[in-house]
Amino acid sequence: MQIDLSVRNVVKTFGDFAAVDDVTFDVETGKFFSILGPSGCGKTTLLRMVAGFYEPTSGSIQIRGKEVAGVEPNKRPVNMVFQHLALFPMMNVADNIAFGLRRRGERGSELNQKVEAILENVGLPGFGNKKINQLSGGQKQRVALARCLILNPVVLLLDEPLGALDLKLREHMKVELKKLQQQVGTTFVYITHDQSEAMVMSDRVAVMREGKFEQVDIPQNIYTHPASSFVAQFVGDNNQFIGRLQKDEKGQFFVVTEDQNRYQIHPPKNLSESNKVEMYIRPQAMMINPDEKWSQLNRIRVEVKSVLFDAANSRLIVTPQHSHKELIVALPQNRQFDHIKVKDWIEIGWDPATAICFSESGIKAYAEL
Amino acid sequence: MLNSRKRKIRWTFVLFFTPVALWLLLLLILPHFELLRMSFVASEYAGKSGVTLENYFGFFKEIIYWRTFVRTAVFSVLVTCIVLAISLPLAFYVTKIAGVKIQGFLMVLILLPFWVSELIRVYGWMILLRESGVIGHFMIALGLWKEPVEMLYNDVVMVMGLVYTTLLFMVVPIIGVMESLDDSLIEAAYDLGAKKLTIWKEIIIPYCMPGIMSGSIIVFMIVLGSYLTPKLMGGKSSLWFTEQIYNQFILYFNWNQGSAFGFLLLLLSSVIIWIALRMTGQKLSDVVK
Repeated sequence: MQIDLSVRNVVKTFGDFAAVDDVTFDVETGKFFSILGPSGCGKTTLLRMVAGFYEPTSGSIQIRGKEVAGVEPNKRPVNMVFQHLALFPMMNVADNIAFGLRRRGERGSELNQKVEAILENVGLPGFGNKKINQLSGGQKQRVALARCLILNPVVLLLDEPLGALDLKLREHMKVELKKLQQQVGTTFVYITHDQSEAMVMSDRVAVMREGKFEQVDIPQNIYTHPASSFVAQFVGDNNQFIGRLQKDEKGQFFVVTEDQNRYQIHPPKNLSESNKVEMYIRPQAMMINPDEKWSQLNRIRVEVKSVLFDAANSRLIVTPQHSHKELIVALPQNRQFDHIKVKDWIEIGWDPATAICFSESGIKAYAEL
Repeated sequence: MLNSRKRKIRWTFVLFFTPVALWLLLLLILPHFELLRMSFVASEYAGKSGVTLENYFGFFKEIIYWRTFVRTAVFSVLVTCIVLAISLPLAFYVTKIAGVKIQGFLMVLILLPFWVSELIRVYGWMILLRESGVIGHFMIALGLWKEPVEMLYNDVVMVMGLVYTTLLFMVVPIIGVMESLDDSLIEAAYDLGAKKLTIWKEIIIPYCMPGIMSGSIIVFMIVLGSYLTPKLMGGKSSLWFTEQIYNQFILYFNWNQGSAFGFLLLLLSSVIIWIALRMTGQKLSDVVK
């Protein structure tokens, strides 16, 4: 497989602050690659280095095998869709889209045909003469995409372009964007802080924190096998337990939490007895009132603190006996658990295989949690 | 209840509108009507009377009037263009390149000279440039010049003086518009393959057009109607049309001829501004916003 974008040991510092700190990755031709991270993690800086607006402090960036250091943005075979789209308000839709090709010296009816064809591609046939302020948010989005795609860039860079749209439209555009990418076959590098955008659209996702990549993998693995405590917290919901690792005479491992509960886990890698650990269990892995015959489950009695109804994403907030710790438990909407009310006592259980352990990092994905 | 409220609003309107209306009527409209009337009446000073177009014909008959008129128009357009050429990069530097802290400082530097009256500023230039002035002394002391050179009283110095006195009126409106220009528009154009010159031509200047036009109109009007700078720095050889009007009123006591000249100048400025607006495709209502 051909590599369209290759980033090797790239560092970008502003004064003493390293915005991007030794990042290395490759993007194969035709793939949708997302960089997911909280605001301020350096993802925009990274993207701007690929586009050519910043020069890396050290490291190299190659586009289709060609080193691009010192090449100005207008000479690079990449184009960028900006966060606020940056459509030119003094031009109409057609002139916006034709802007790039005009810079390459294209004129006349051939250019007009190309513009009309790309408008058709993004689902806006006949919109050429409209002014930018006559368009809706989703239409502007498509014009911004068309303006870049008409230039056939090797890599299309997208800087959170869906951020300004409202929820319903965003959900819709996510799917559209993925379809469009598959249709045109251009390599996309997409940055976002929205995990759902990254998960739905991407072939591969890189999770970024404080200038470093924590994990680069396919979306499923990011969710099911997070590589670090941060990824476990940042991607999807998770229940965190802090405790100490123990091993009994049969060689089985347990986590003894701060409130003296003992949970069995599968032998963790790179961790040994009496290490302080963080254990994560997904809300979906927690079963409500599990069948008695599943003997391998970790079971605890919990009190229901609140029932959060959110359609398919409904959850219970529960607290174990003799503890103030709040846990999130997925509440399947199959009518089976309709009887559960606040202040009920229920039993929850999970398979030890679904728990993931890391040595204690103290990292919090969101400061307020 | 509703009635009394209506009346109240009207009273406040009257209160605020009356001074403005009186100001316009007494100081602008009435005198202009009087001048317009005078421009069509034969000069009593020359011993004639009655309604006539002679004052306007007089302008076309005497070649010196004609020349001064065209000269004033050409130089006013030239000064406006030079001011624009300086203001665009200056405004760009202040709004886009300089940091937030320096930005305020730079604005003060631009504004500061305008706290001093035009007369003082022009005399400042004269102290620098005249034969026995600061620059002359300096150059002789350095041995670059053998003898003092007179730098004042020519067209180049006059244009420089006019540019200097009107720069602010162009920079301020352009900065106003340019501040609202999103940096990412410039970056997007750059990313799509535009060169720096193209970005100016296709993005920055079209975006700033309302500011450019309003600045240009103000500068053009000020230059066209200026008296002090051309008179003091341009010397005898550089006649300005306002001087002709002044001469008619004060020197020859020919108010009728002076009025006619005044209206010709008004017509000239209106025509040139109209042409400029048509050429750039702008509407006056957008420009004065």
